[in-house]
Amino acid sequence: MSAVLDPHGNVHGHDDHHGAPHGWQRWVFATNHKDIGTLYLLFAFTMLIIGGVLALLIRAELFQPGLQLVNPELFNQLTTMHGLIMVFGAIMPAFVGFANWMIPLQIGAADMAFARMNNFSFWLMIPAAVILSTSFFQPGGAPAAGWTLYAPLTLQMGPSMDSGIFALHLLGASSIMGSINIIVTILNMRAPGMTLMKMPMFVWTWLITAYLLIAVMPVLAGAITMTLTDRHFGTTFFNPAGGGDPVMYQHIFWFFGHPEVYIMILPAFGIISHIIPAFARKKLFGYASMVYATSSIAILSFIVWAHHMYATGMPVTGQLFFMYATMLIAVPTGVKVFNWIATMWKGSMTFETPMLFAVGFIFVFTMGGFTGLILSLAPIDTQVQDTYYVVAHFHYVLVAGSLYAMFAGFYFWCPKWTGVMYNETRGKIHFWWTLIAFNVTFFPMHFLGLAGMPRRYADYPMQFTDFNMIASVGAFLFGFAQVYFFFFIVLPAMLGHGEKAAAKPWEAAEGLEWEVPSPAPFHTFETPPKLDATATRVIG
Amino acid sequence: MKNNLFQKLASALLFVSIWASTAAWAVNDLPGGPANWQLNLQPGATKIAQEQGWLHWFMLIICTVIFVVVFGVMFYSIWKHRKSVGHKPASFHESVKVEIAWTVIPFIIVILMALPATKAVVAQKDTSNADLTIKATGYQWKWGYDYIKGEGEGIAIISTLDNEHRNMSNNGAKGVDIDDYLLKVDHPLVVPVNKKVRIITTANDVIHAFSVPSLGVKQDAIPGFVRDTWFRAEMVGDFHGQCQELCGKEHAYMPIHVKVVSAEDYAAWVAVEQKKMAAKMDDPSKVWTLPDILQRGEKVYAANCVACHQPNGKGGGAIKALDGSAVVLNSEAGKEIHVLLNGQNNNSMPAWKQLSDTDIAAVISLHQKQLVKQDRPAGSACRSQGRPLNATVE
Repeated sequence: MSAVLDPHGNVHGHDDHHGAPHGWQRWVFATNHKDIGTLYLLFAFTMLIIGGVLALLIRAELFQPGLQLVNPELFNQLTTMHGLIMVFGAIMPAFVGFANWMIPLQIGAADMAFARMNNFSFWLMIPAAVILSTSFFQPGGAPAAGWTLYAPLTLQMGPSMDSGIFALHLLGASSIMGSINIIVTILNMRAPGMTLMKMPMFVWTWLITAYLLIAVMPVLAGAITMTLTDRHFGTTFFNPAGGGDPVMYQHIFWFFGHPEVYIMILPAFGIISHIIPAFARKKLFGYASMVYATSSIAILSFIVWAHHMYATGMPVTGQLFFMYATMLIAVPTGVKVFNWIATMWKGSMTFETPMLFAVGFIFVFTMGGFTGLILSLAPIDTQVQDTYYVVAHFHYVLVAGSLYAMFAGFYFWCPKWTGVMYNETRGKIHFWWTLIAFNVTFFPMHFLGLAGMPRRYADYPMQFTDFNMIASVGAFLFGFAQVYFFFFIVLPAMLGHGEKAAAKPWEAAEGLEWEVPSPAPFHTFETPPKLDATATRVIG
Repeated sequence: MKNNLFQKLASALLFVSIWASTAAWAVNDLPGGPANWQLNLQPGATKIAQEQGWLHWFMLIICTVIFVVVFGVMFYSIWKHRKSVGHKPASFHESVKVEIAWTVIPFIIVILMALPATKAVVAQKDTSNADLTIKATGYQWKWGYDYIKGEGEGIAIISTLDNEHRNMSNNGAKGVDIDDYLLKVDHPLVVPVNKKVRIITTANDVIHAFSVPSLGVKQDAIPGFVRDTWFRAEMVGDFHGQCQELCGKEHAYMPIHVKVVSAEDYAAWVAVEQKKMAAKMDDPSKVWTLPDILQRGEKVYAANCVACHQPNGKGGGAIKALDGSAVVLNSEAGKEIHVLLNGQNNNSMPAWKQLSDTDIAAVISLHQKQLVKQDRPAGSACRSQGRPLNATVE
């Protein structure tokens, strides 16, 4: 096999030939997709922890009625920054990290197409993250208009709003560059024999996600640029005092925002579609329909945005159109869930941590799917729009969805990345701890929302106290579970502690990434490998 | 031994749950508002709200059935098709028939769900033929209600959270057990029972949302735009809601209280309000004495300013102190009037155009007296500003 990996016959010798990068230069000047993938993942985890601390401050304040820890101004800053940091700093970069690591390995490419742009798109995020995280220390504090940055509230914000807009522009530019890189890599650098319909699902979902990103990130950039010119250059796009339209901001924002939520879940679908077959020891059921379902979801995502805006008041036909279109999304999403279960059906399953997280993903994500369907009905949405029901819903799909899938992906590919197996017992503790704490935190929020508790409230009527207390306790448990994950699972694996991993540590895993040794050498597939008919094995 | 441990655990659990349910916040359920441990929507007091409640049950039952069936299959498979019980993997990975079936069947279910929802949307959106039309204006952070058409036309109310509650909130709500905590307002919106009430929403500054769950209404109030919604309450009583669109720091402190009364009570209320309004209409030619205007100023301050600037005028946090402020100390009262009429600092100090001339003159006179220690009643100086104030103080 080494002949495939390296025509010179010696992996290390080849590294030296390039002058293996050492020390800080290896990371700052990184052009290797694996190094950049690692950088992305570590960055995303750091932001997850920062965003998590903000979330815990919110939950601590909401533990009981009355203001104990923060004032209402700071509370709004916390909810806003929690949202921005988690969406743009944690979830999106983490998936780009997975893409960097896995896409070249899965399609048999030597690296990403544009190695230096890859470096640039990572390092652009650092100043953006610093600006975002330090905005609390700017005069007037961090932006406090909610992560959706609705006008005209944004026009009242202090200077940190401008730096926030700048940070979002940087993150958007980074995402667009990352997407271009991913699309070009996938379309041009697949090993001979890997046709589009033989591509691994993770690659497929990322290809579609990358197109979504290119389509909508500029729309967000437009919305926030108009906000910026409204604030400083005398335009009145969204300012009603000058004839502007605050609702237009919402249309533009959600035209970005709805595809954005699929950007954050489609790669997760891809990861799950690798893990379920591997541990069911059975091929993925309905590969082609998975591809079509993913594409349908992506296309539908462009025509449902105004279901976030039922309460703004639109004509009855508008409301009906967006309601029907939104309900339609349940169909392809259902197809995916059915396909995964059919893959498990009559398999030969084992439940190592990746599989636990994958099954946990299907189970809990589906609950978020159902609350999404319930929310799509405009009359019910009249009751629960902007309440904790919505908060519960999107945390079920973003935490139990995207984050669980990433945990699953970490456990699945960690042996390939680090060369060692994680500790199975600790993995299982992490899974059950996370699953229980998550549901303790977010399940009661459904009740709060149905009972009418609005979101983004620093203080609430006494009747909401009990469920808020439960949610706050759960949130702290959930937070500590992730600290445990880092110190007892990620760190030991990164330091190389643990059982040595085989090239293919999972009995029935399929794909080219398992054809290279663990840990994956610095350079892989430098000459295109020859593939078998299914494009899952290297044959010479 | 094991049994013993179990018993101990059970009694500990029991203790914790009793403590959790009875300790600290022993508040009652609030009719027309939230209840303790409430699991579902508030009971609807309008047809629309009941319809929404029915739709929610309808969806919840269908979704639960699908959930149980789908995950029944999954957990059955997890139980039976494990390697540890020796199950060998099958090799199928495609079936066009099955895949078409599970695309088409959900599609049909979705259409069935859409039918009753469509009916409800159309009913909710029909704001025609209202008996009473009221404009609800969102301000940072209070609601203004103007009775525009129908019985009570001309009545205007400003509805603000009880300042006591706001202070309790700041003090951590220690020892507070009030059923309508953060829901109590000075002037509720009064409407007659069994009449179609159309609410027109708009806002003065940023987007707010007028929402009363038990009446089944939620409508954003958007500055520069007019939207509408409606309700027909089927029972008398108090119905509570809160602002539901993030509108700045006091977002949690601008509740909505709708008081539904019988037709007779409503007529009586309208008569009283109209008399009050007539009395309140200050005679523009009236000459105010200083004690009178100061008293009036205290009322205006307590109703509008105290939430941010505090009773002592010291402000706090981002809120500027009035005490010692250059604007207040300025020898021409005109500066303060300008700020009151137009707002300041990007509206973190909002404009107060909606106050009457007398009110503005009164509150300024109060500040001059208290903070500058001068009897400098604001009167004719006001006339030089954008809006000539018609209030004379000697």
